[in-house]
Amino acid sequence: MAKISITVNGNTAAANIDPRMLLVQFLREHLRLTGTHVGCDTSQCGACVVHLNGKAVKSCTVLAVMADGGSVTTIEGLAADGAPLHPMQEAFRQNHGLQCGFCTPGMIMTAVDMVNRKGNDLDEPTIREELEGNLCRCTGYHNIVKSIAAGAKAMAK
Amino acid sequence: MYEFKFSRPGTVRQAANLLAKTEDAKLVAGGHTLIPVLKQRLAKPAHLIDLSKIEGLDAIEMKGRSLAIGAMARHASVANSAVVGEAIPALAKLAGMIGDPAVRHMGTIGGSIANNDPTADYPAACLALDATIVTNKRKIKADDFFKGLFETALEPDEVISRVQFPLAKKAAYIKFRNQASRYALVGVFVAKRPSEVRVAVTGAGGNGVFRVKSFEEALKKRFSPKSLDGMTVPADGLNSDLHGSAEYRAHLISVLAVRAVEEANA
Repeated sequence: MAKISITVNGNTAAANIDPRMLLVQFLREHLRLTGTHVGCDTSQCGACVVHLNGKAVKSCTVLAVMADGGSVTTIEGLAADGAPLHPMQEAFRQNHGLQCGFCTPGMIMTAVDMVNRKGNDLDEPTIREELEGNLCRCTGYHNIVKSIAAGAKAMAK
Repeated sequence: MYEFKFSRPGTVRQAANLLAKTEDAKLVAGGHTLIPVLKQRLAKPAHLIDLSKIEGLDAIEMKGRSLAIGAMARHASVANSAVVGEAIPALAKLAGMIGDPAVRHMGTIGGSIANNDPTADYPAACLALDATIVTNKRKIKADDFFKGLFETALEPDEVISRVQFPLAKKAAYIKFRNQASRYALVGVFVAKRPSEVRVAVTGAGGNGVFRVKSFEEALKKRFSPKSLDGMTVPADGLNSDLHGSAEYRAHLISVLAVRAVEEANA
């Protein structure tokens, strides 16, 4: 067993875990933050994307012990309960940037990371290229791209 | 995953000691190859030694006339580094073409070359740029480092600390990506160095990364795409799989080498 302490969405989460536990398992099964999804479980689909120390990572391919001492933001951490949605979440809602919704948490976390790195004025080729690590099995990319462009602009306000 | 113990040493020396005295121990850098391997139970290390808490192991800096990249430098850091962009822009571009943005936030140069996947990008850069791999014990030339499929010259208790790249006059990397995995179906790194030209190929070799001496000699006479007119590599010994035949890969090597020289001259 291994003792870890991770700041998740601003709160300290300490636990004694099996070193085999993946970060996504820690989030979903230990902390019950089930907004982060497991899609392919092979670091390809991006449904499990969270921010680790401010950067988008695939939490199915990070051990929870590797995140010890770090800071994690999940989809639940973008906006407080009852508060208005994060601008990127609101843009997905306004532009219908989802079909079944399974990939959406990862898409939004990737989109926010994209804005953090590339700024608020994102053209379509940039968004599409940056999205290569996130798969939408409904193939609803068109509105996802629109949502990200709108969300990126909204985040500047 | 099978059970394992987990440690996070603070220095390379501690990591090497732990590696030497622990049975079936394995180093983990970004984990983006090792963790999938563990999940599939294709490896059964008793102990994982995480290198991410070793201070300075991710440094990127000029050391004299060489660019030194710490083993734990993430692909995203190399891709976005002003130092790399100034010294060897082709290397920054290569790092920015690995996997996807989230993978690049975790994957490291040390992990990539220690794993020596036959379709990985960094081995081609190391070989073409005549890099030196610096470990806790010694310095190893890239020509002597890559030994075959997933095999390197590293000893069981050896830890990579950095990779040193001498500056090239011109360099470029062209990669034909597998559309699903983003690994190189074929990748060609061309470097014009003060005394020689090197052409290194990844993705194609049945025994991993390799140099194309005939292309190198032709380009040494004149560093121009025309020098490669009509030149080919034999398909013998190249990979053949569902993504492409050996003949297809041989064809790609010539095509990509020409494009790499064009880009290096641009």
